Amino acid sequence: MTSLNLEALFQSKIDEEIKIEPKDWMPDAYRKTLIRQISQHAHSEIVGMLPEGNWITRAPSLRRKLILLAKVQDEAGHGLYLYSAAETLGANRDDLVQQLLAGKAKYSSIFNYPTLNWADLGAIGWLVDGAAIMNQVMLTRTSYGPYARAMVRICKEESFHQRQGYEIMIAMANGSPEQKAMAQDSLNRWWWPSLMMFGPHDSESTHSDQAMKWKIKRKSNDELRQQFVDVTVPQAEYLGLTIPDTKLRWNEARGHYDFGEIDWEEFWSVVKGNGPCNKQRLKARIKAYEDGAWVREAAVAHAAKKEQDKLPESSAKAA
Amino acid sequence: MKNYLLQLADNALILGHRLGEWCGHAPEMELDIALTNIALDLTGQARSLYQRVGELEGASSDGVSKTEDDYAYLRDVWEFRNVLLVEQPNGDFAQTIVRQFIFDSYHFYMCRALTQSTDEWLSGFAEKSLKEITYHLRFSSEWMQRLGDGTEVSHAKMQTAIESLWTYSGELITPNEIEKELASQGIGVDLNKIKPEVTAKISEVLAASNLTAPEGIWMQKGGKDGRHSEHLGYILAEMQFLQRAYPGQAW
Repeated sequence: MTSLNLEALFQSKIDEEIKIEPKDWMPDAYRKTLIRQISQHAHSEIVGMLPEGNWITRAPSLRRKLILLAKVQDEAGHGLYLYSAAETLGANRDDLVQQLLAGKAKYSSIFNYPTLNWADLGAIGWLVDGAAIMNQVMLTRTSYGPYARAMVRICKEESFHQRQGYEIMIAMANGSPEQKAMAQDSLNRWWWPSLMMFGPHDSESTHSDQAMKWKIKRKSNDELRQQFVDVTVPQAEYLGLTIPDTKLRWNEARGHYDFGEIDWEEFWSVVKGNGPCNKQRLKARIKAYEDGAWVREAAVAHAAKKEQDKLPESSAKAA
Repeated sequence: MKNYLLQLADNALILGHRLGEWCGHAPEMELDIALTNIALDLTGQARSLYQRVGELEGASSDGVSKTEDDYAYLRDVWEFRNVLLVEQPNGDFAQTIVRQFIFDSYHFYMCRALTQSTDEWLSGFAEKSLKEITYHLRFSSEWMQRLGDGTEVSHAKMQTAIESLWTYSGELITPNEIEKELASQGIGVDLNKIKPEVTAKISEVLAASNLTAPEGIWMQKGGKDGRHSEHLGYILAEMQFLQRAYPGQAW
């Protein structure tokens, strides 16, 4: 079959909603796009452990501490199965991690913002996980089978994360004046970066058209962002908190909230590595990797010795 | 009884806290998950124990009972009854594994004996915890061997860790007055009885890991009676920050 026919067959499968599986033929660009997207997602889970991990030792109650530990642990788990999904496309986990550590791979910019007060843990669950879910629910229907299936599992856990985040916000917003101030402060800092999570405007997005055609993506950045705003504004109202956007108002004609323009200068500046914590996040990952090198080497060496021990007779015979 | 339960609870809380410090920084993603698992188990055990202490103490004259968080967040250093070992810093991964292994060896045999407690609540608690602790001991024993036997570098780091932490191993199996009293009533564990099992397990794993226990080391103690190393103050300063800075609030 010519590559033209293969490509036509591939596109017809996509159009008929048949999932692409690891052994199926796929265009190189499709494979590359997926490896890039899935590994960025995996890196985001792993780097995303850091801002929340920052508060494990300061969680204000044993119950909150347990929930937070479990949540950050889930993120490590998500990272693991996303790397596995990328491996089904022929990528190698260690290579992908190396790209992250070398600063060549991207991860979600949101994790380059600091967690400064306890309400940030609520805001991350509510807004950041909430924004991620918008994207991930769409991805449960993505055209690549292993990615779609990983997303089904991840979405279940993410919706638990979002609920626990919102529950923290409820406790804070209904708490003492200091707690309410923490909640408002964290909303002020996390609102705009959360909207930025959906990426550039559709008109500016480099990868979007092809990804839509291949049904890797099914909704545009701007559609998802609007969906997030529409869902989140009433939640903020319920909390009695103010979203830091003077242009935010319900538009009866559109049936959606209108909202102000994102500071795209900030967006690109964080993408390019100049966010408040880009350097610290990468440094923490590099440190964990380098400090852990001797542990991984020892595990490999020990396993090799064990393997050797298992074969004394056969190797003796061979000799 | 209350102080005995606090000893058990504080060990679990403080070691769980230390393990939580690793979260996101472990040598492998799989290890991040495993260490967090152990931290979750230990913190969960601490919660059950604190809740039990609260029940036993009952309501004070103003009708308010203490909660699990009152014990964890509103006591100061001298009121904590954990052993010195668990408050020692994580150090490198070797220090963490050796600390964990020594503690797990004690914890496993102590907990197994505790399933025979004449106190029904305690024996039930021990049954439930034993499943978790069995896994902890298997995990730390395996890593003792991997790292002790792995490479020259890992072996040297492990040997150094043993030499620096060995001084805290004796306290685990040396009963204080509270433990003697509770053991005589059949409620608590007789540490003298489990001592041979604990030391045999430690020797067995050390031998399998090509590691040697140092000899003639002075054994530090005091944690069980509230005399701690300087590390605990910093753990509490961090852990209790919000509860201390904003007292009496719901989180």
